Amino acid sequence: MSSFSVTEPSKRSKWFAGTLVITYALITMIPLAWIMLTGFKSPADAISYPPKVLFEPTLEGYVNLFTTRTRQTDEFLTANPPETWYEEIVRQYDMVIAGPSKFGERFLNSVIIGFGSTFLSIFLGTLAAYAFSRFKIPLADDLLFFILSTRMMPPIAVAIPIFLMYRQLGLSDTHLGMILLYTAVNISLAVWLLKGFIDEIPREYEEAALIDGYTRFQAFYKVVLPQAATGIASTAIFCLIFAWNEYAFAVLLTSGTAQTAPPFIPTIIGVGGLDWPAVAAGATIFLLPVMIFTVALRKHLLRGITFGAVRK
Amino acid sequence: MSDTPLNRAASATPPSVARKIRGLSDRAIAWIFVGPTIFLLLAINIFPLIWTINLSFTNFRANRPNREVEYVGLRNYERILNDSDIWLNMQATAHFLFWTIFFQVLIGFTLAYLINKKFKGNDLWTTIIVLPMMLSPAVVGNFWKFLYQPQIGLFNYIVAFFTGKEPSSFEMLGSVDLAPWSIVIVDTWMWTPFVMLICLAGLRSIPDYIYEAAEVDRASKLRQFFTITIPMILPFLMLAVLFRGIENFKMFDLVVQLTGRGPGSTTELTSINLKREAFEKWRTGYASAYAIILFVTVFGLASIYVKALNKVKER
Repeated sequence: MSSFSVTEPSKRSKWFAGTLVITYALITMIPLAWIMLTGFKSPADAISYPPKVLFEPTLEGYVNLFTTRTRQTDEFLTANPPETWYEEIVRQYDMVIAGPSKFGERFLNSVIIGFGSTFLSIFLGTLAAYAFSRFKIPLADDLLFFILSTRMMPPIAVAIPIFLMYRQLGLSDTHLGMILLYTAVNISLAVWLLKGFIDEIPREYEEAALIDGYTRFQAFYKVVLPQAATGIASTAIFCLIFAWNEYAFAVLLTSGTAQTAPPFIPTIIGVGGLDWPAVAAGATIFLLPVMIFTVALRKHLLRGITFGAVRK
Repeated sequence: MSDTPLNRAASATPPSVARKIRGLSDRAIAWIFVGPTIFLLLAINIFPLIWTINLSFTNFRANRPNREVEYVGLRNYERILNDSDIWLNMQATAHFLFWTIFFQVLIGFTLAYLINKKFKGNDLWTTIIVLPMMLSPAVVGNFWKFLYQPQIGLFNYIVAFFTGKEPSSFEMLGSVDLAPWSIVIVDTWMWTPFVMLICLAGLRSIPDYIYEAAEVDRASKLRQFFTITIPMILPFLMLAVLFRGIENFKMFDLVVQLTGRGPGSTTELTSINLKREAFEKWRTGYASAYAIILFVTVFGLASIYVKALNKVKER
């Protein structure tokens, strides 16, 4: 190719475009940066006017997030001097730590349900996608459309019968129930994305393997699966992010044992209203893994988003 | 020992199992592979849908499971379609849908167009712009509530800084006029990247030679934009609108955390209203009819839209 190309933008327009995009990116990051900053503020700094950009960082929000506290009498406080740094933070307000809060549990639930449903979606989705890609299935197009159309239903509409069904089956507020539900929601996207990835793998590879004496199953897991690994990984991230972020089903179908973090974080109450630093700390811990994932795996993720959308 | 795939396969599989698997036809394998997925979707999507249709003709209340259930025919549907409050919710939803899509397409396309100039480091900045859409809408909505606080919130402070107004003189979440816009702003912040990514895929799919030919014909840049870029990207834009439309018609988590439904019921989108009917007032039969009406609306609109989209694609 020659060094001159009419379609290559000029230096000036590149510089102009870059400036605008970077400005937008910086503005769009302000709310996220603010969440993270607020997590390290004291409650007084968090609600000061004008909003403070410079402040003395404290881990109060994080301590409040992970603990429950009770007020104590002066005698008790003088008789029991604080032993740890987090105990010391709480003592400023004449309080003592009564025990751990529910946040750890809720976070763990998010992890269990997120990974459980992702594993199941990918397992079932890969099998189905392979079958749709390689075999003649009667009414394949209708089935694929049916699989996709299940995503058009508002979650609340689905939640009514699911609520009744789970109550009958004893699945309400259980990890298994939520894993099955999220799998059912995710699997449509998983099948569509994975079918695209598997379609791209040349059939000749498997046919060669079959001639070499592999069975279909062996050809599937020894030839196709390794080839589709990146596609499977990026699909898995999508499923994980959905399950991680989901709120509507979680708030309607769980209350105690299987509740995930999104319905829990907004309910963190401090003394006299919402404890914003603790809410911000919870949000930071909850959102940060997704952000790191997104930046680290951007090549696959960005492709997945447009690919999944554009193919349909 | 020779290491052919055949030998490896033979040694890896116990003979009895191998014989069994080998005996399966491709057809059988296809059904074994697709079966569980179909079963799961039938159990958790289709069966509940049929149940909802059934419930929609009854006066069932989920908080009184022992009460006798009566079939009331189409009465639930009649009541919903004659309820003026529900039309207000529909209007709120339409406002939300129209303006979120409008802003997201406008900003999303502009950003994609600029990113496609391929300036240095564009992929990293693209990733940063994409971050909001990866996050939990409920947590984000909850946090924007903090940013929108009239006296202490960052949003009001920044707006006040640039306009010279008192920061506490306007309440994004508390005023009837501003609350519908507060949810549009957050949704636009969150989902513009999605439209941007689809537009970017569209722009990158336009082959360079078309522009080169236009250059040879001495078509101006502006003309190239309107006669090449816009028509070529239109199917992608329409697709982005479809996806955002379906998603925002279902919108629940972000708005419920941000405004609840208030002030009054100015930001009560249909999903939020449905949730109140089904899980707060426990009018299960009525809410089921409501759910069916919403589902048919989305499905119907989406089908018409897809037909139009296919026409545009064929051109």
